[in-house]
Order: sequence, then structure tokens, then C-alpha cells
Amino acid sequence: MKSVSLLLVLGLGFAAVSGACGGGNPPENPAPAVDTAAENQRMRDSIAAAQAEAERQAAAERERLEQQRIADSLAALSRAGSEVLATLASMIHFDYDRSNIRSDDMGVLDQKVAIMQANPDLRIRVGGHCDERGSDEYNLALGNRRAQAAKQYLVSHGVDASRIETQSWGEERPLVDGHDESAWSQNRRSEFEVIGGGENLRRP
Amino acid sequence: MTPLLVVLLLVTQDTSAIDRGVRIGIVYRPGVRPGMVMLPRKGLDSVRAIVARDLDYSDRFEIITLPGGDSIRLATSAPASGGATPRKGAGRTQSSSGSRARGGGAQAIGSLNYPLYQALGADFALDITVAGDTAVATLHDVGAAGVRRAIRAVLPPATDRDFRQAAHRLADQIVQAAVGAPGIGATRVLFVSDGKVWQIDQDGADRKLVSSTNRQAMSPAWAADARQFAYMEFQAGKGWLYLQDMVTGKRNPVSTTGTALDFTPAFAPDGATMAFSRATEEGTDLYTINIKNNCCLRRLTVGRFSDNLSPTFSPDGQRIAFVSTRPGLPQIYVMAADGTDQQLFAPFDYGVTGSSNAPEWSPDGQSVAFHRDVAGTLQVFVLDVRTRTVRQLTSVGRNEDPTWAPDSRHLAFVSDRSGYRQLWIIDLDTGRIRPLLQVSGARLPAWSPRLTEAPSTTP
Repeated sequence: MKSVSLLLVLGLGFAAVSGACGGGNPPENPAPAVDTAAENQRMRDSIAAAQAEAERQAAAERERLEQQRIADSLAALSRAGSEVLATLASMIHFDYDRSNIRSDDMGVLDQKVAIMQANPDLRIRVGGHCDERGSDEYNLALGNRRAQAAKQYLVSHGVDASRIETQSWGEERPLVDGHDESAWSQNRRSEFEVIGGGENLRRP
Repeated sequence: MTPLLVVLLLVTQDTSAIDRGVRIGIVYRPGVRPGMVMLPRKGLDSVRAIVARDLDYSDRFEIITLPGGDSIRLATSAPASGGATPRKGAGRTQSSSGSRARGGGAQAIGSLNYPLYQALGADFALDITVAGDTAVATLHDVGAAGVRRAIRAVLPPATDRDFRQAAHRLADQIVQAAVGAPGIGATRVLFVSDGKVWQIDQDGADRKLVSSTNRQAMSPAWAADARQFAYMEFQAGKGWLYLQDMVTGKRNPVSTTGTALDFTPAFAPDGATMAFSRATEEGTDLYTINIKNNCCLRRLTVGRFSDNLSPTFSPDGQRIAFVSTRPGLPQIYVMAADGTDQQLFAPFDYGVTGSSNAPEWSPDGQSVAFHRDVAGTLQVFVLDVRTRTVRQLTSVGRNEDPTWAPDSRHLAFVSDRSGYRQLWIIDLDTGRIRPLLQVSGARLPAWSPRLTEAPSTTP
């Protein structure tokens, strides 16, 4: 479709040039000269119309491509953002009455370090939680230790301490209801929550 | 019909009794609970019921039910009609301890067959009458065949908020007259349920919400004068300490709170100093602040790698017992109220004894109650301050967060012995245990001091 239009335009252009050359001396032959001028004008108009049409179509195509590119890019961006958020929010867990970071949770925290470094405006809050077995009030101190342990890990790996708040909930906010080790082990945790700069998160 | 409260001297109760407290009079002996009978009098049921229950819950008497109950005439002489005779006697008798009732008093009360009660082993007989808004409790000393004391109390109408408390105060005076130490009738317990602070009378009546917000609360604590209490509330990621007036319900945050996680408030007996735990990046440490002048924040401990929390003042205000994790697991420590001279308080075997938490110093200063992990569950223990020895009080189910009654012989605590966590009360002298609440989920109890004592004793 596009190439056909182009050939048509070229053909008309050639005809117009031939006509102009064959015109000879226009002043000596006024009548044919009038006819020739009108003919030339008609041809020029036709060429211009074809060119305008081609340009309009090309512009529409460019616009369509641009829109597609933006949409694709936004989709990719939001996919990255939610992936980053999910990684950031993944919890770490603790042994009973302990607040040291378990070795199997270090990778989880390393990912958070990378995300924090790739998103310098990002600020988070770490919440420390306990299971129901310990003493209610002691668990506030233990939950604080768990939140601080996670924060210290991030800070010691290069994240600015001012970007991380901490909070202890003791045993007041269990993730899982239940009175067995399965529930308890899930409830002994630190949670990570975005409190600022969480828009358009970049992948590390 | 004359309602009588007959106190019999019995020696049938628990032998694990401890000798403690003041003993006045000739009857009460440690480890010995006199018996008691309550007979009905028309129109007195509510006062009678409240007083009888308080006397029972004081655990200082053996409650005796006479065979046949009401149908037994305890009076020997005919004119024991209505309330007139006892009232007359009550108005004229004096309260000197152990004295024989004299003249008209003895005649009026002559309806009482002292030899009969003596034969039954009774030490006391109590007659309660009510005329208008005044109740008179006449305590007979059976052995002395006379009136020991007549106690007059003005009672508000039964619909009044203070009616029950007035009856409780009357019961406390009766206990005082009989055994030389006041009862614990006019006291309440604060506790947490569903994240809110509630109060309940020590006899299980008048459960009432006292929290004024929907935010999650913990750790209520009474001021020494019982006019206000403190508690912790979660708010915007921090732990806030509030002071709330018991009467008006008005509350104010404690000065400097709201910057960190503040918890476990404890009043000093001076009414001006509050100790509390503050959790920061450095861990949890103990602080004091002046709540009268909102000043003078002072840090008492520097734990660094250990936590210090859950302060409780000795009744003289000189020392603070608290929890410290410095030995690895939380254990009970003690220090001077200015933070100096920190040392282990409740002995433990390193590597064997479980975590110990939630200490509370008894009002008489002799003991500190706390709970300790025993074989994976919690049990209530009592530390003897003088000898620094501990003994385990409970063994059935999980038992935690003990709080002392003002008589220093009862403890309220949380137990799941009935299948769910609720509040129970144990008497240390007899080992008797009763539920305070039938509601699941109650925790963190705080027993009040004695609430305002109003009624007057006859001259």
C-alpha cells in the first residue's frame, strides 16, 4: 500500500517534468500555454495531496509506535516495582527467644540492601514480632532486639541508618493463629514495610 | 430471727501456711482459720451477700453452714424480733478487744447463746442490721461472751455506684476487728482484654471498661493512692505511657513518652516518681521520670548487649526489682532506686533454670512474686526478700503475671488451668485458688491498693 503510493507519486512527478520540458516557448503559443499551465497546476496539486497523505500516515504510524513504546515501558516499570516491593517485604525469622540473624535469612537481607541502594529515596520500617510462648512484656524487648538485628544487618552492609525505623510489637500481632511450633515459627519474625519513596522502584 | 455470723475455731485447713503479718487479739493464729456462718435477715440480702463473700474470700475464716440453715434458731431468748434488739445492743456496746459486753448490751445481745457457740468451737458471732441508710455490724467474741466491736457504716442506696464498695469497706473492718488485719474487700483489679484496659472488683462484680481509646493497650499499673493508673498504648509505631484518672477518666501522656517504645510503667510510693522500660536501638533499659513536675528523666541502667525491663518498687521506695537479660536469659535483679548496686535477686541455676519475668514487690516488702519458665511453661514463684530463697506456688497449667493484693497474702495471676487463659486468685497461706473471671483472654492483671476507707467505727 505504502510502496504503491510512492510509485504513483514518482510517476506523476516524471510526467510533470516531461510536460514542462515539451512546453517550448510559452509566450509564442498562448492558448496551448494556458492549457499546459492548468495541466501543470493540476499535476502539482495532485502531487502535494499525495505527499500530505503519505506524511499523515507516517505521522500516525510514528504516534502509534510511540504510544506502544510508552505502554510497554510503563508495564515493565510497574512489574519491576511490584517485584522489588515483594522482595523488600519478604520476612525473616528467628529461633525461640533469640534475635540473631539466621544464616538462611542473610540472602533475603542482602537483596534488601541492594534494593535500598538502587532506590536512594526509599525508607522502611522494620517490625519485630514474637510468638506467644514467652512473657508478654519481655516480648516487647525481644521484638525490639529482632527489629534492631535486621536494621543492624542492613546498616552494616551500607544502608544509611536514618532510612530505617524500627518497631516492636512483642507478641501482640501474630501472623498465624495457632498454638503449635508451626504457628510459632512463623510468628517469630521481622517484617519490612515501606514508609517513604516507594514509587517507581528500580531493580537493583 | 437474728442473723448471726458464727466464727468457729478450726484447725482443718492447709498446713502449708506461712507465719506473716500482724496478729492482734487472742483468736487468730497463723495456719488457723476460724469458721463462719451467715444467716439471712430480710431486706439485707445484698449487704449480707457482699460481706459474707468478702469474709470468705479473705481466706482468714472457715465458713460454716449450720445444718438446717435458716431454720435453726441460734438465739435462745424469745425477744430476738426484727432488727430492734441487735441495733440497740450495737449502739451501746463498745469495741475494746476481747471485752465482755456490759449491762444492757449483754442483755440485748443476750439472745445470743454464747455457750452453744462455744460448744461448737466458735470464736466470733457477727450480727448485721440495717436501719435506714446505716448498717451496723456487731462482732461478738464468743469465748469472752461479749461484744468485741460494733461497726457502723453509712450505705448509699443499692442503686448507687458506691454501694458495693461501701459494703466491701464494712467487711474489711469486720476482718480487721476479728483478726487484727484489714481485709481486701474494697479493692479492684485492672487487667487487659482484647487490647483494652478493664477493671473488676476483687469479688468478680462490676467488670467495666476503663480504656478510652481503641488503640492497643498493655501493662496497667496503679498509683499508690489508687486515684490514677498508668498504662502503655501502641501509637504510630511507638509505645506511649499514659496516666489516667480513675474517677474522671481523663488521661495525659507521660512527659517524654512517644519518642520510643516505652512500656511497663511502675509508680514509686512517693507518688511523684515513675519507673519504666524504654526500648531503643541500644536495647531496652530502665528510666525514671518525675510525673508531678514532668521533668527529670533519668536513665538507671545501661544494658548495651542485655535488656533491663519490668521495674517494681519496694514499698519503702528505696529499691527496684527488675528483669535483666545480662545472664543470657531474663532473670530477676534488684538495685537501689537511683540505679546503683545492681545485683541478682532471685537465685537461679545457670543453664538449668528457665527465664524469669514479671516481678512484683509485695506491699509488705517481704516478697517478690514473678513467673519462671518451668519445662516449657510458666509458673508463679515467690522470692523471700530476706532469705533470698524462692518457692514455686503453682504447677497446674500455665500461670503468669502475678500481682499482689494489699494484704500481701493473695495474688491474682493469669492461668489456663481451666482450658483458657483467665484471671485466678491464690491465697498463699492456705493455697486456696478461685477464679476471678470467667472470661477468656484476660491478662496482665494489676491489683489495687485498698480503695478509700470511709465508714466510721462506733466510738
